[in-house]
Amino acid sequence: MDVMPKWADVVLVPLISLIIAALLSALLILAIGESPVAALKLMIEGTLLRSSGWGYMLYYTTNFIFTGLAVSVAFHAALFNIGGEGQAMMGGLGVALVCLFIPWPHWSFAIIGASLGAAVFGMIWAGLPAYLQAKRGSHIVITTIMFNFIAAGVLNFFLVGALKPKGSMDPATANFPASTHLPTFEDMASLMGFEKMFRAAPANVSFFLALVACVLVWFLIWRTPLGYEIRAMGKSEPAARYAGIGSVKIIMVAMMISGALSGMMAINTTQGESERLILNFTEGAGFIGIAVALMGRSHPLGVLLAALLFGFLYQGGAELALWTKIPRELIVVIQALVILFTGALSLMVRGPLERLFLSLRQRG
Amino acid sequence: MDFLTLLQVLDSSLRLATPLLLACLAGLFSERAGIFDIGLEGKMLAAAFLSAAIAATTGSVWLGLLAGIGASLLLSAIHGLASITLRGDQIISGVAINFLAAGLTVVISQDWFGQGGRTPPLLSGGRFEPLNLPGAVPAKEISQAGPFMQLYSELFSGHSLLVYVALLMVPLTWFVLYKTRFGLRLRAVGENPAAVDTAGISVVGLRYAAVCICGILCGIAGAYMATALQAGFVKDMSAGRGFIALAALIFAKWRPWYALGACLLFGFFFAVDNRFQNILLPAWVMSGVLLALGCGLFAYVRNKTLLDRIVLGGLGLGLAIVATLITLSNLSAGLDSMIKIPVVFIQSLPYVLTVVVLAGFVGKAIPPRSGGVAYVKEK
Repeated sequence: MDVMPKWADVVLVPLISLIIAALLSALLILAIGESPVAALKLMIEGTLLRSSGWGYMLYYTTNFIFTGLAVSVAFHAALFNIGGEGQAMMGGLGVALVCLFIPWPHWSFAIIGASLGAAVFGMIWAGLPAYLQAKRGSHIVITTIMFNFIAAGVLNFFLVGALKPKGSMDPATANFPASTHLPTFEDMASLMGFEKMFRAAPANVSFFLALVACVLVWFLIWRTPLGYEIRAMGKSEPAARYAGIGSVKIIMVAMMISGALSGMMAINTTQGESERLILNFTEGAGFIGIAVALMGRSHPLGVLLAALLFGFLYQGGAELALWTKIPRELIVVIQALVILFTGALSLMVRGPLERLFLSLRQRG
Repeated sequence: MDFLTLLQVLDSSLRLATPLLLACLAGLFSERAGIFDIGLEGKMLAAAFLSAAIAATTGSVWLGLLAGIGASLLLSAIHGLASITLRGDQIISGVAINFLAAGLTVVISQDWFGQGGRTPPLLSGGRFEPLNLPGAVPAKEISQAGPFMQLYSELFSGHSLLVYVALLMVPLTWFVLYKTRFGLRLRAVGENPAAVDTAGISVVGLRYAAVCICGILCGIAGAYMATALQAGFVKDMSAGRGFIALAALIFAKWRPWYALGACLLFGFFFAVDNRFQNILLPAWVMSGVLLALGCGLFAYVRNKTLLDRIVLGGLGLGLAIVATLITLSNLSAGLDSMIKIPVVFIQSLPYVLTVVVLAGFVGKAIPPRSGGVAYVKEK
C-alpha cells in the first residue's frame, strides 16, 4: 500500500533531506566562524549571476549527469555500481586513444568517435564485475571498488609510460590535435553574436550530449522491453526469473550501459576541457554520481536537477574557497550528508512524512 | 639481497600491515554480525585526524588514542543507526561515512590549525615510541650482530605498542568469536538473525555491539597511522587502506588467523613497493607467465557458455597479446634482458588478488549469509 502520494515521495523526501543537509552544513559554517547567509550569497553570486559562473556550473553538471545516470541505470536493476570512478578513468583512456591516434577531420566526427571509445572502455570495465556478479556470485559492490583502484593503476601505468610524450615530465598524454577540440560555450556564444559570454569557462558541447543521454536513458528504462526487464529484475529477481527474464543477461546489460555512461563523462573533462588525458581528471565525479542518483530518485529528470544542484555546489564551493576560509572540502561534507539522508537514513525522513499523510488521510 | 635487507623489508611489512590488520578485524566483527561496512576507510581517517589533533594540543598520545576511538565510535553510531535501527542500505551508509570523514577532517583541521588540512607534527610524548624489547641491539650495531640477534632486534623488537596490540587482537578475536557465547551469537546473527531472535536474544543489541567493537578497532587503526606510523595527520592519509583492509577480509574469508596472513601479505606488497623502486625480471619469465595465464583461461572456458568464452577468453587474449608485445619489444635485446615490473603492478596486486578470490577461481569466498540485510522482526 502506498501511504504517501507519489508527488510527496518524489519531491518532498529529497527536498526535506536536502534541507536537513543544508541546515547541518550551515551549522558547520557557523562553527568555523563564517556566516552561512554570506556564504550562500557568495555562492549564488559566483555561480548564477555571472555567465562564466554558469559555464563552470554546467561543466560540472555535465559530469554529474553522466555519472548520476550511470548509477541510476544500475539502481533500476538493484545493482550498486560504485565503480563509476574507475569506469570514467577507463573511459578517459578510450577518449585519449581515439583522439590521439585517429586523424579526425572535424570535431563533430571526433565526438562520435570519442563517445564510442569512452563507452566501450567504460563498458568493458563495468562488464568484468558484472560478469563476476552474474556468473560467479561475487558481490558487485566489492568488485567495483577493487576495479576503481585497478583502473587508477592502469591509468597511471599508461600516463607515466606508453602515452607520455618523450621529454615531458608530467604524467599526461600529448595534447589532442586541434581538430578534435570541442567548441566551448564561449565559442558558441560568440558564433551567435554574444561576445564576452561564458568567458574562459570550460562548459562545452558535451553538455548537450549529456541531455541527450538523459532522454535516451528515460526512453530505455520506461519505453523499451529491455527497460521493463531491467526494472522487473530490480523489483524482484525471483519474480523476474519466473517471468522468463534471465538475470545474467540483465546484470550484464544494465552494468554495461552503466559503465558506458560513466565512461562518457570523460568526453567532457578530457576532450572538452583539458584537451589531453591527465591523472585524477575524474575528481571524484564517479562517487558524486551516487549522491546525484539517490537525490534524483534514479529518474533522468531528477538526475538532471540533482546534477545541476551539485554543479552549483561545486562551482559555489570553489568561490567559497577563493574568498573565505571555508575549504572546498565543505562540498564533500554536503555530499556526504545528502547521501546519508536521501540514502541510508531515508526512513528517518520518510517515516514521519508517512505518518503525517496517514493521519491526514484518516481525517479526510 | 642479504639477510638484513630481508629482515628490514619484513619489519616494514609488519608496521604497514598493522593498520590493515586492525581495520580488517574491525570489519570482521561487523560483517560476521551481518553489517557490511565499507566505511572502515572513513572511520580510520576520522580517528587519525582526531587522535593527531588531540595529541598535538594536549601532548598526550593516550588522550589522542581515546579521542581517535571516540571519533570512530561516533561514525559507527551513525552507521548503526542507519543500518540497524532505520534499516537503511548499509553500503550507502558506508559510502556516506567515507565522504563525511574525508570532508570533515579537512574542514575542521583547516579551521583548527590552519595548515592546509594537516595537524602540526607530533613531538615525543605525542607519539607512540618504538618499544625496545630486552636484549635487543640498537640499530647502529645491528649489522655486526648474529643472524638470530638480527632477527630478534629488527623484526620482533622496536615496534610501537599498538603493533603488539594488533597482533594480540588476532588470538583474542579468534577466542571471542569461536570460544565464547557472545562470539557464537555474533556469528549466528550474521548467518540467521531470525534464529537468534527466536532464541530470545536481541538481534539489535548484538549487532550494535559488533558495530561498536568495529568502531573501537578502527579507532586504534587510525590512531596508529597518525601517532605511530607517521607523526601527525595529513589530508586523506588513509589512502585507501580501509578498502585494502576490506579486501584482506574477503581474502581471509572472514576468519581471524587468515586475516593476519592476508594483512601481512598486503603489508609486504606495500613494503616491497616502498623499498624497491625497480623490480627486474627477465623478459622471457614475464611473457611466459602471462602466456601461461592466458592459455589457462582459454583451456578453462573451452566447454563453457558463450558469455564465459567472451569475457574470460577476451581476458586470456588480452594477456596473450601483452605477452607477445613484451616478447617482440625485447627480441632485439635478447629474451634474457631484464625488464622492469611497473610499480603500479605491485600496488594493484592486493585488489587483483581480491577479485580473483571473490571470483572463486582460487577458493571461493562466501560472505556471512545475512550480511547487508537489515533484520525486520516478525510482528
